[in-house]
Amino acid sequence: MTTITRPRRSRLHRKEHQAALLFVAIPVIGFLLFTLFPLLFSVYASFTNWNGISAPVFKGLDNYTRMFGDRYFLKSLWNTLFMMIGIPVGLVISLALALAMNRKMRGTTFFRTVYYLPVISSIAAVAILWQWAFNGDFGLINQGLGLIGIDGPNWLQDTATVKPALIIMAVWKGLGYSMLLYLAALQSVPRYLYEAAALDGATAWQQFRHITIPMVRPVTFFLIVTSIIGGSQIFVEINIMTPTGGPEFESASIVWYIWQKAFDNLQMGYASAMSVVLGLLVFIITFIQFRLNRRNQFSID
Amino acid sequence: MSAQNVITTPPLEPTEAIPATGGRGRTGGPGRDGQRSAKSSLKLGNIITTLILSVGAVIMIAPLAWTFSTSLKTKDGVFELPPQWIPDPFVWENYARIWTAGPLMTGIQNSLIVACSVTIIGSLTSALAAFAFAKMRMPFKNVLFLGLLSGLMIPFPTLMIPQFTIFASIGWVDTLLPLIVPGLFGNIIMIFFLRQFLNSVPDSIVEAARIDGASYLQIFWTLIMPAIRPALAAQFILWFMAVWNDYLAPIIYLNSPGTQTLQLVIANFNAQYAIQTDYPLIMAASFVALLPVLIVFIVFQRQIIESIALSGSKG
Repeated sequence: MTTITRPRRSRLHRKEHQAALLFVAIPVIGFLLFTLFPLLFSVYASFTNWNGISAPVFKGLDNYTRMFGDRYFLKSLWNTLFMMIGIPVGLVISLALALAMNRKMRGTTFFRTVYYLPVISSIAAVAILWQWAFNGDFGLINQGLGLIGIDGPNWLQDTATVKPALIIMAVWKGLGYSMLLYLAALQSVPRYLYEAAALDGATAWQQFRHITIPMVRPVTFFLIVTSIIGGSQIFVEINIMTPTGGPEFESASIVWYIWQKAFDNLQMGYASAMSVVLGLLVFIITFIQFRLNRRNQFSID
Repeated sequence: MSAQNVITTPPLEPTEAIPATGGRGRTGGPGRDGQRSAKSSLKLGNIITTLILSVGAVIMIAPLAWTFSTSLKTKDGVFELPPQWIPDPFVWENYARIWTAGPLMTGIQNSLIVACSVTIIGSLTSALAAFAFAKMRMPFKNVLFLGLLSGLMIPFPTLMIPQFTIFASIGWVDTLLPLIVPGLFGNIIMIFFLRQFLNSVPDSIVEAARIDGASYLQIFWTLIMPAIRPALAAQFILWFMAVWNDYLAPIIYLNSPGTQTLQLVIANFNAQYAIQTDYPLIMAASFVALLPVLIVFIVFQRQIIESIALSGSKG
C-alpha cells in the first residue's frame, strides 16, 4: 500500500506508517481470512445446492423460498423468539437486585460474587447440572416443588414445560451480569438528584420512576440488544439438554437447526442460507443499537 | 459464547471502579423524619434487604451446591427421598473414578493448550495492533479500524460453515488447530478496549521515546505494555474464560476423544453415563470442569467485575 501524505513530511512519516501497518497487519489478515472471506462464501453458498463435499450447484433463491415452507425452520425460529421471554424477566429481577446491593451495608461484595458465579461457569457444565435439576423423578426443582405439595412435570420431556425450563435456566445464568451493569450505572447516578427530589416531596416510587429508570436507560437498552443477539444464537443448552431438539421439536433453536442441517444432514447450502438470515437479523439489531445509541458513542479522532 | 460473539457497546473513558465495599449511596431518598428514626429505618431496611438477597443467593448457589453434593453420593443415594443435601456416606472415590471413566485429563490438557496459546499470543498481537491504532500515524487507519469493528456484527454461526470447509480442505479437522489459529490473529474486542485505554496515555511519552531513538517495538515493549497492564490483564482473563468455556466451535471440529476439549468431554460424560444413571460420576466431572474458572474468578474477581462493569455501564 502506498502512503499518501504531504511530500515534505513523507520521509519522516513513512517509517511510522510502515511500522503501524505491520502491527495491524495480523488482525487485519485474520479478519480477511476468518470473517470476510467466510462471510462472502456463506452468501454464495446460500444460493447453491451443496453437500460440503462435491462442488456447489447454483440454485438461485431456492434455499430462501424453501425456508418459508419449512415447518421446522419456522418452528425453530418461533422457539428462539419465544425463549426471549426470559430477557424482560431477567432485567426486572436484576434491576431489583442491583437496587438492593446499592445500599450501604455489609455483605454486598459477597452477594455480588455469589450472583455472578453462574455467569462465569461454562454453559456446558451449567446445562448438564440443570438438565439434572429438571429431571422429572428426582430433580432438584421437583423435589423443591414437592416440599410445597406440587407434583412437578418432567420438564425437558414435556412440550408445555421444555421452553419455560430453558428460560428459567437462562435467567439464572444471566442475572449476575445484568445486575452488575445495573449496579455500575446506579453508582454513577449523582446523589443530589435524589436529594433534590426528596426536598420537593417526591416519594420513593416517584424517585425510582423519574430518576432511577431514566438514568439506567442506556444500560437497559444495551442489555436488551445484547441479550437479543445472544438469545438469537442459543445453542449449547439445547444441544446438551435436549439433544434431539426437544419433544416434538419444541426446543430446537435456529442455530441448533442450522448446525443439524449442516453437519448431520450435510445440507450445507440450505444451512448457509439460514445462517445468512440469522446474520442479517443480528446485523439489523446491532445497527439499530448503534443508531439509537449514538449519543453515547465513542468518536474516532 | 465465544469471545468473538460478545458484542459490546464501546465504553467511553474508564470510569471510576465500583468500590469493593459496596455502593456509594442508596437510592431511596433520605427520610424527612428525625435523624434517629431515619437511621433505625435504614437499619431495618438493610436487614430486610440482606434477608431477601440471602434467599436469592441460596437459589443462585443451589444448583452448584447440589452438583457438588451429588458428586459425593453413592449411585443409589441420588434417588433417596427426602433428598440428602449432605451425602451419607461421602464417596470421595467418585473423584478418583472420573479420571479413568473418560478422557478427562486429555480434555483438560487440550483446553489448556487451546486457551493458553490463543490468549497469550492473541493478546500480544491485539496489544500491538491497539498501540498502532491508538498512537501511530498510518494511512486509512480509521477505515481499517471500523472495518475490524464491523466484523463484530457477524455472528459465528454465519461463518462456521465456510470456516469448517476451509479447515477441512487443509486436513485440520479433528485437530486443535482450527480452535487455535484464528485466535492467534488477535481479538477485536480486546483491540478495541486497549485502544480506548491507550487514549488516557499521553502521546508525549511516545514522541519523547522516538526522539531518544527508540524503535516502535521498543516503545511498545518498554512503555506501552506496562501502561496497559491492568486493562490487558482484565481482557486476558475474560478471553481465557471465554475460550475455556467454548462449546460450539469444538463440537464442530473435534470428533475423537483424544482431541476433545474439556467441555466436550463432560458433555460426553453426560450422554454416556446418564444411561447408566451414574449421576455422581457426571456431577463430579462437571464440578471438576467448573473448578478452573471458579478459581480464576475468585482470584481475579476485582479485575473481572470492574472490566465487565466498564464494558457496559456507559452502554
